[in-house]
Amino acid sequence: MFGQEILSLVIWVPIVTAFLVLATGSDRNAPLARMLALAGAALGLIVAIPLATGFDTTTAAMQFVEKKSWIPAFNVHYHLGVDGISMPLILLNSFTTLLVVIAGWQVIQDKVAQYMAAFLIMSGLINGAFAALDGILFYVFFEGMLIPLYLIVGVWGGPNRVYAAFKFFLYTLLGSLLMLVSLIYLYYQAGGSFDIQTWHRTTLGMTAQVLIFLSFLLAFGVKVPMWPVHTWLPDAHVEAPTGGSVVLAAITLKVGAYGFLRFMLPIVPDAAHELAWLVITLSLVAITYIGLVALVQADMKKLIAYSSVAHMGFVTLGFFMFSPLGWEGGLVQMISHGFVSAALFLCIGVMYDRLHSRQIKDYGGLVNRMPVFAALFMLFAMANAGLPATSGFVGEFMVIMAASKVNFWFAFVAATSLITGAAYTLWMYKRVVFGPVASSQVEAMKDLNAREFLLLGVLAVAVLGMGLYPKPFTDVMHASVVELLAHVAHSKLP
Amino acid sequence: MSLQSFAPVLPEIFVLAMVSLILVVDAALDDGKRYITYTLSLVTLAGAAFLTLRDLSSAPGVVLHGLFIDDPLSDVLKLFVYLSTAAVMVYARAYLKARDLYRGEFFVLTLFAMLGMMVMVSASHFLSLYLGLELLSLSLYAMVALQRDSAVATEAAMKYFVLGALASGMLLYGMSMVYGVTGSLALGEIAQLLADGTDLRLPLVFGLVFIVAGLAFKLGAVPFHMWVPDVYHGAPTAMTLFIGSAPKIAAFGFVVRILGQGLESQVAEWRDMLVVLAVLSMAIGNIAAIAQSNIKRMLAYSTISHMGFMLLGILAGTQSGYGSAMFYVLVYALMSLGGFGMILLLSRAGFEADRLDDFRGLNRRSPWLAFIMLLLMFSMAGIPPTVGFYAKLSVLQAVIELGYVWLAVLAVLLSLVGAFYYLRVVKLMYFDTPHDPQPVAAGADARILMSVNGLAILALGILPQPLMAVCAHAIGASF
Repeated sequence: MFGQEILSLVIWVPIVTAFLVLATGSDRNAPLARMLALAGAALGLIVAIPLATGFDTTTAAMQFVEKKSWIPAFNVHYHLGVDGISMPLILLNSFTTLLVVIAGWQVIQDKVAQYMAAFLIMSGLINGAFAALDGILFYVFFEGMLIPLYLIVGVWGGPNRVYAAFKFFLYTLLGSLLMLVSLIYLYYQAGGSFDIQTWHRTTLGMTAQVLIFLSFLLAFGVKVPMWPVHTWLPDAHVEAPTGGSVVLAAITLKVGAYGFLRFMLPIVPDAAHELAWLVITLSLVAITYIGLVALVQADMKKLIAYSSVAHMGFVTLGFFMFSPLGWEGGLVQMISHGFVSAALFLCIGVMYDRLHSRQIKDYGGLVNRMPVFAALFMLFAMANAGLPATSGFVGEFMVIMAASKVNFWFAFVAATSLITGAAYTLWMYKRVVFGPVASSQVEAMKDLNAREFLLLGVLAVAVLGMGLYPKPFTDVMHASVVELLAHVAHSKLP
Repeated sequence: MSLQSFAPVLPEIFVLAMVSLILVVDAALDDGKRYITYTLSLVTLAGAAFLTLRDLSSAPGVVLHGLFIDDPLSDVLKLFVYLSTAAVMVYARAYLKARDLYRGEFFVLTLFAMLGMMVMVSASHFLSLYLGLELLSLSLYAMVALQRDSAVATEAAMKYFVLGALASGMLLYGMSMVYGVTGSLALGEIAQLLADGTDLRLPLVFGLVFIVAGLAFKLGAVPFHMWVPDVYHGAPTAMTLFIGSAPKIAAFGFVVRILGQGLESQVAEWRDMLVVLAVLSMAIGNIAAIAQSNIKRMLAYSTISHMGFMLLGILAGTQSGYGSAMFYVLVYALMSLGGFGMILLLSRAGFEADRLDDFRGLNRRSPWLAFIMLLLMFSMAGIPPTVGFYAKLSVLQAVIELGYVWLAVLAVLLSLVGAFYYLRVVKLMYFDTPHDPQPVAAGADARILMSVNGLAILALGILPQPLMAVCAHAIGASF
């Protein structure tokens, strides 16, 4: 029945369910709200599955396309479609939403309906951002997701949540507003069209390209986040509830990186080549310097947040190597980081629910009390450090390979992260899990319950599967990446 | 002159007749029967809407010796003026009752003000324009002063009156200069004469400066904005609600008639003036709003910045520019009604919910009203998927089409500043706990209207096309 509208379903099923969840009202109906939210998230994932099964990996063209006139006054269309770049991200998002709903099952006791609804709405909006092929439609989804995230951080966050919520909102708004001006400018340059694929073919002078490049860099760079506009991320992560951190790290950062591929590189390729040095420098700084910053963190969430910035540095570095290996490496890194960071934040959530502390010094000797947890945590820590056979290795290795083809020193600097990454992750792991049992509270901690084991177990399978056999992922991306690269290699100067 | 030629003026005549009737009827009513006045006022609005709708014009028609023009622009603006006036009456009823202001004077003055607005938006002559403006202004001065024993309100009325009179004087002076140059007061003739060129450049530009200054006063654009915060703050909230909604729609019509139709050929001259006004309004409005602790004052500064945004559309001087400004002002009126209406809903007898702190923890007291206020705030900040985003989008588009990309960049940066204080209201409602945990006591009628108002913000945000098309049509068919 809905054969043609899969993408619409992927967007609207979570959003519509969210309003049903909101309709359950006060916390007296919390169990009902939870069940409805779970059903909505599960259904959202189920309707997304045909995207994977019905995907044609041999073509770079947009698939599952829907196009309807939306605002004729501005020639804006409700235009959806996915290619090998966006399809895996939609699946990742729908999958993560399900995890987040389960993760918040017992932890959230206050305003349950609103909490669940915020995540479902955000899930739908993010899917929309990945699927949109119209500039304004993308912008609506891209900016609309700020509203639920602002509320998630601000309502259910930690003590300094207000500061974090404002900082996060205003930072991201700054970038996206300047992008909006670029989008409207492109509309006139493309002869009155907001169609992204038309923009890919629009010729632009160098000055315009550079300015548009900078506005995109700010919009997407803040979201990724790149050094030096990353400072909102540690604050937001530390203050957000576990679910918020998971979505933030696993998904919303990817929207920024996705913007590089969908907007910046194909629309202003000449400026991108010209200014590649800038992005490469920023990425290398993120990889090395932020890695060192992560090393000295006392708060576990902050440590993982900084490690996210460093890992996303690999993604942007890979993109600006302008080779299939670099791009695919960046994309694999995005998905892998989605799994690994989600898992690490869930692990921290598990510990926080028991001890109500995120400080490394409050822990120690967990392995004595929580052996199952310690084993899984070990796997994710290793993946974060980029150990071979985990997904973390694949992406970083591909990017380093791609970088070594361009310039040995890029690869050399990037490869130092294998050392710093191992240092900060494993050192944290050692202090938290090994050693003598730190206190009587730690002594009383119980191992994973079934719900937590399910969450972490599924993610462990994903991390290992992707590490051992990444080919299905790269196959899906390959055709789109090659096509887009050929496009980017072509000058658009008039 | 046949009776037929009065047909386009029928809504105005009807409203005038009804106001006179209400004035007489109300004098005979005691306080318990005030609902008759209320009902009659709403009937007047419905009747006027019916008469306007019955005779929708498809092309401009000038009647009454060039004093009055009946075109799609005036029809659409009038319909929205009726709508917002009706909303004001419904929102304000309980508030006025609780403060002993629920009297015939309120309704009569509101309707007279509305009559003034109707004349303003369909005047095609400097005389009728001025007549409409003064009818509106004098009614508003009196409304602000209606709460006689309130010192702030009286002070606000005094300021409003003195500055308003000054602005009117400037406007008249400018008009007289233009008359001196062209020898005509009719907008159509002035446009033609000026299009042919004149060697009296200096007096013309001189007059133009005075006209623009007068208009800026009425709009509340910086640097002619001093009255706005004081009047918005000092006036009883019901009056603020009215001043902040329908008159802005009329002011838009007024500005477009004078600058866009009468002085169209001088666009190069007035555009630069409007650029300065717009930039200053967006800057001062948004920055000063941050420092406010009173929400009425905050919304007053936010109005100033919104008027700056609307000017961006007008200064483009193109049909799409006017269309976008019209869309902006209609959306603004909708948001302003919701914003001030919410203050009325949260107020009770002896309690004004006009401090920002009164919104603290609203999500716990009434999740639904908090959600609507959230939509209103995000809409004012221009965040999708609310309609405020499309309003900003369309004026930015007009400015970029003109080639003023730097102006668009400046505008978005200043709207980022603005986002801060809107976010703060959301923060108070959602992140904080209430000082006063009482549930909100508001009547069903006001609650329903508020729900419709808030959902309209969302619905138009998802499907903005109908309203945009109406604006584009109204402008396209009237120029």
